[in-house]
Amino acid sequence: MKSWKSLLSLSILAMSAACKGPGGEEAPKPAASAAETAAPAPSAAKDTGPIKVGILHSLSGTMAISETSLKDVALMTIENINKKGGVLGRKLEPVVVDPASNWPLFAEKARELLQKEGVSVTFGCWTSVSRKSVLPVFEELNGLLFYPVQYEGEESSYNVFYTGAAPNQQAIPAVEYLMSEAGGAAKKWVLLGTDYVYPRTTNKILRYFLLAKGVKEGDIMETYTPFGHSDYQTIVADIKKFAGGTPTAVVSTINGDSNVPFYKELANQGLKAEDIPVVAFSVGEEELRGIDTKPLAGHLAAWNYFMSIDTPENKKFIDEWKAYVAEKKLPDGDKRVTNDPMEATYVGIKMWAGAVEQAGTVEVNAVRQAIGYQVVKSPSGFDMAMDGKNHHLNKPVYIGEIMPDGQFKVVWKTEGPVRAAPWSPFVPDSKEKVADWSFPWVCGNCTKGKFEAY
Amino acid sequence: MTHVRARIWLLLFLWLSPALAVAAPFEDGVKDLASPDFDQISRGISLLGSSGDARALPVLEALENGKVVVDAAGRVLIRAGSRTELALTGAPAVAQGPVRDVGINNRVRRTLGPMVSQLRLLSPDRTIRQAAALEMSKGPREDARPALVTAQRAETDTEITALLSMALARLDLISTDESRRLQAVGTIADQADVSMKSEMENLVKKDGQGKFVEPDAEVRKKAQQALSAIETKMFLINLVANTFYGLSLGSVLLLAALGLAITFGLMHVINMAHGEMLMLGAYTTYVVQTLFASIMPAAMNWYLLIAIPAAFMVCAVIGMALERFVVRHLYGRPLETLLATWGISLMLIQTVRLVFGAQNVTVANPDWLSGGFDLMPNLVMPYSRIAIVAFTALIVAAVALLLRRTPFGLQIRAVTQNRAMAASMGIPAQRIDRLTFGLGSGLAGLGGVAISQLGNVGPELGQGYIVDSFMVVVLGGVGKLIGAILGALGLGLLNKYIEPVAGAVLGKIIILVFIVLFLQKRPQGLFALKGRAAEVV
Amino acid sequence: MSSFASQITGLHDRKGWAVFGVVSALLVLVLPFVLPDYMVPLLGKFLCFAMVALAIDLIWGFTGILSLGHGIFFALGGYAMGMYLMLEIGTAGVYRSNLPDFMVFLDWKELPWFWKGFDNFFFALFMALFIPGICAFVFGFFAFRSRIRGVYFSIITQAMTFALMLLFFRNETGFGGNNGLTDFKRLYGYSLADPDVKVGLYVITAITLLLVYALSRYVVKSKLGRVLRAVRDDETKVRFMGYDPLKYKLFVWTLSAVLCGLAGALYVPQVGIINPSEMQPANSIEMAIWVAVGGRSTLFGAAAGAIAVNGAKSIFTAAFPDLWLYFLGATFVVIPVLLPKGFAVYASRLLGKPSGPRASSTGGPSGPAPSEPQGPPPQDPASAKIDPSVSPETVEASS
Repeated sequence: MKSWKSLLSLSILAMSAACKGPGGEEAPKPAASAAETAAPAPSAAKDTGPIKVGILHSLSGTMAISETSLKDVALMTIENINKKGGVLGRKLEPVVVDPASNWPLFAEKARELLQKEGVSVTFGCWTSVSRKSVLPVFEELNGLLFYPVQYEGEESSYNVFYTGAAPNQQAIPAVEYLMSEAGGAAKKWVLLGTDYVYPRTTNKILRYFLLAKGVKEGDIMETYTPFGHSDYQTIVADIKKFAGGTPTAVVSTINGDSNVPFYKELANQGLKAEDIPVVAFSVGEEELRGIDTKPLAGHLAAWNYFMSIDTPENKKFIDEWKAYVAEKKLPDGDKRVTNDPMEATYVGIKMWAGAVEQAGTVEVNAVRQAIGYQVVKSPSGFDMAMDGKNHHLNKPVYIGEIMPDGQFKVVWKTEGPVRAAPWSPFVPDSKEKVADWSFPWVCGNCTKGKFEAY
Repeated sequence: MTHVRARIWLLLFLWLSPALAVAAPFEDGVKDLASPDFDQISRGISLLGSSGDARALPVLEALENGKVVVDAAGRVLIRAGSRTELALTGAPAVAQGPVRDVGINNRVRRTLGPMVSQLRLLSPDRTIRQAAALEMSKGPREDARPALVTAQRAETDTEITALLSMALARLDLISTDESRRLQAVGTIADQADVSMKSEMENLVKKDGQGKFVEPDAEVRKKAQQALSAIETKMFLINLVANTFYGLSLGSVLLLAALGLAITFGLMHVINMAHGEMLMLGAYTTYVVQTLFASIMPAAMNWYLLIAIPAAFMVCAVIGMALERFVVRHLYGRPLETLLATWGISLMLIQTVRLVFGAQNVTVANPDWLSGGFDLMPNLVMPYSRIAIVAFTALIVAAVALLLRRTPFGLQIRAVTQNRAMAASMGIPAQRIDRLTFGLGSGLAGLGGVAISQLGNVGPELGQGYIVDSFMVVVLGGVGKLIGAILGALGLGLLNKYIEPVAGAVLGKIIILVFIVLFLQKRPQGLFALKGRAAEVV
Repeated sequence: MSSFASQITGLHDRKGWAVFGVVSALLVLVLPFVLPDYMVPLLGKFLCFAMVALAIDLIWGFTGILSLGHGIFFALGGYAMGMYLMLEIGTAGVYRSNLPDFMVFLDWKELPWFWKGFDNFFFALFMALFIPGICAFVFGFFAFRSRIRGVYFSIITQAMTFALMLLFFRNETGFGGNNGLTDFKRLYGYSLADPDVKVGLYVITAITLLLVYALSRYVVKSKLGRVLRAVRDDETKVRFMGYDPLKYKLFVWTLSAVLCGLAGALYVPQVGIINPSEMQPANSIEMAIWVAVGGRSTLFGAAAGAIAVNGAKSIFTAAFPDLWLYFLGATFVVIPVLLPKGFAVYASRLLGKPSGPRASSTGGPSGPAPSEPQGPPPQDPASAKIDPSVSPETVEASS
């Protein structure tokens, strides 16, 4: 056994020595290697050519249904920036790759974008797993990723800017609303989701939140269904039994396709929105587009943006989108809608462009410093700012009721943008943690700073 | 008895002559609706509901349908078609300035719904009354009691009376009067209302100190009876429900697998692009629906009549082209056909994605397929599913006739049994191959039409069905239609019987393991062809 | 011992060994230095796939059993290694806990029993081979015993991979659910982010691939290999001649699964993630196409096919994302219809070389197949059973 071990370690050592000369047995610091590999990036080499921008969204496979629109809106925003002369007087050149809903391929494509194409920034990913898959690559190569989808939090990376909502910017306000008189003063809670990390983590946070608000453990029901689950008879019957006349609310993190059978089953079994309202975090305009919304009327969704929001910025955004769709003859034409992750992509690109203008370079370290100073007038009607410390966008929260035409009617909103709390203060394991990339913390998940303040 | 009649008369009188009402709750209620505050709107609804005013119901119904607006002058208007009229008087009026909808949220709905139902209890239309009574029986509020009592006394229909007494029983259940509780539990036991299960369970439970929650032994005994009646009924309902869901799932599987059973069973061709034929059938339905919407929206309800033959033709033509250009070159090499057709399926998916977009498209059920009827409480039979079961039966019958009773069917069977001999008898074997492949693909197209009525229509629709379809064919055995039928229905029923016990994922795994074990016993499936043909694959 | 040595040297003739030597030197000594950094793990990944292709070729090309479920064994091997890597993280995960992150969000307090022992690298490595092997053995025993074959077998394996994927998708199963295992930090104490370690991993993969190739070559050249080909060409006759096909099929099936597990174990540290989507039915079908593209029953071709298809995938998904599926689909159609023997054979003919390394040993006693193909009219399915129209012997005999 012993000899095998040493043989293996020897062979690895021998290989590494043979390949790169005497590199030493300890891993060189990632920063050093990052600097080394990031050197050929175009920023330093040619300051006049186009700036390459990576777009890393699945165009085929299961996630294409959601991610294609993000690619389109990213291309639209880049095109419009180019029409106005680009950034730093240079055109933006989008580099679109297709990771095909395949998580290892996400990592591979990210590496390709950074090392081969030398992109200055990447906009991409939808699922948590795809983000987790590319994260080590962006950190290793000191790349820059803008992630536009609401997610479970419990993360903050030096190399990622999160323009989607953290749980306190979506889930917690929604639950607070349902607790309030106006929302129906729910006393019992059903946490229902598809079985993956976002619902699991979000529900864990919500459970601690509810317990902190005095809800009893027995008044919370937590259930998960597999991906693509289509038979909700048993679950809806259980919900009915669980509620038993007490005001009850369902918090749904059911993913995509399963929503239709779920809502249909609710209607079948006579559970109406006024009896047991369902608030969903993954049902937006795009998801409603493929389904019959009549049985859904009155159910709720919490987002940071709705297409129906009536502001001049949103009108402009929608008009730009419609024009782009018509010009490019995108499939489904005038039926295309805008939604929250699209808005987050749009805001993210503008924010990055602003930061590049301010920094005067596309160099990642400089842009990262500048981005905390950016403010974008967002379609949701607020001045949105990136929090330079925790790398999350400050976002307003809206709660909308599903209307028969597939749009949402806003029934509640926050007074202004809410600062993200990537580490939930309600979860015992997380509440001590701090995401703060400014001195002296410089850490995404620490309980004490990396440096001593002077 | 006389005082009852007098009461009804009094009520009718009040109902018909709002002018005699002492205060003006109707006017106040309408005024409240103009408020931006949800609480005040709720209060307005309550006022309207208890006003006893005949004009209240139309206003509340309009509110429920989102037709009530407030104009700049603060007047409450009701939209009726293109016109607007004043809620107070019903007189036509033109809105002044911009209008806004009267806001409704779920809390307002919670007041509004029962109010509307309560007022409808006295409707002359039996169906409306019944629906309202059903609504009330689900959970009436204490202040609805007088209305319920009144309605029950006036009611002649036994079904509606039963619903109303159920509603009253619910209220009486928490009464302090033992005899009323006993009577209520009796009503529940008689009707075996399954929605009352948890309440009945509570009645026979003991609290923390070991004392019964319900003090009265009589009531407990009765509740126990009610509980067992409910459980018997629930068992029955579950059995019927699971059988129905199993049949309906089985029909979908059969529709998906029938084409495959023909191409695979009769021709020994593994068509992995079969799932995509389903998908193309569904998209054809979508295209036909879109055409109808733009050309003749009036006939929208009947687009399926065109979609069915269209889907069959589209898929049959694509299938024949597939046979002509790819599959024909691979006869005798089943494993390679499998890979080649899988390649075709990838290309078809990508084509559809480029043409129609990666997102799902909406295929709406025509009106006559929407909804369903309550066979039993908690058991709704959706019309769409019933239609699919019937549609499947029809198609299976047609295919059986085609194979058994037509010259074409005879030729198919001849080529299947012995190609060389059939060819030497003058049967154009290649042509038969192509037509058979077209038939199989066309049937898949029909399956696509059916599937479009149930779920999401997207480019990857077919992928979800391919493994299941093959399971059906493998289980049923090659070359026999009856095998596919029994295989599909068997799998559907098994699936639905196992699922409530084991959960969806484990259920699927159990079934797959079952199939593998089954093939241990019968490697050729339920119905094996005998003789040399069985050796082919 | 000397007979073993002669068996080894007898795997190829001199020319074959020369080609083998050149390819080996290229893979191990040249490419890691020439390629840009980002290409090294990519090529390492391809080599893992090449290993899978070899394993599938053993069972499909040489024994005639098309498995559309080899993704299972690949993923199982990958999971075993992933579990080790997950535990190797120690407290450096997001939650600073001894448990893997996903167990923390599931609120699990201790490692489940089936994770015990995986903190030991060698135990994990053993399991990466043992688990796929034992699964294959049990499944194969039942399937082959009841003589499930041909298309039936393919479809059943598809169903199994689908079922297992569903099982692994569940978070309660205890393998990280949809996300699988990711965020690896170190392998045996070496940081995975270190470019030198990446090169080291690549070199180990390349050497393993060459060893797997030699082993596969050894198997198909042996007497066992001849029985396997006989089983492929006519199982019934083999049985009449007194051989029990079950034993032979079961052996090569299990071996194939173990090799896949090994490939999976090498794959995971290089790509940094293992999750249930590796078990998607489509993935397993794609694996079969690598072999078909390169050339069935030519080990070298199968491996080359895997590298070629995946290389094309990398290029196409970047250059023409919309067209990638057309390209892949067309490959599936064109190869069986127009190039049923895979491109490797044609390529070597075009180059004027009479043969690749695999064909150099025609002198061996493999002998022609009982009935030479090319015979049956392609429209006749009934005769296909008796006369498979594609036989690798054709390749060997004609070259």
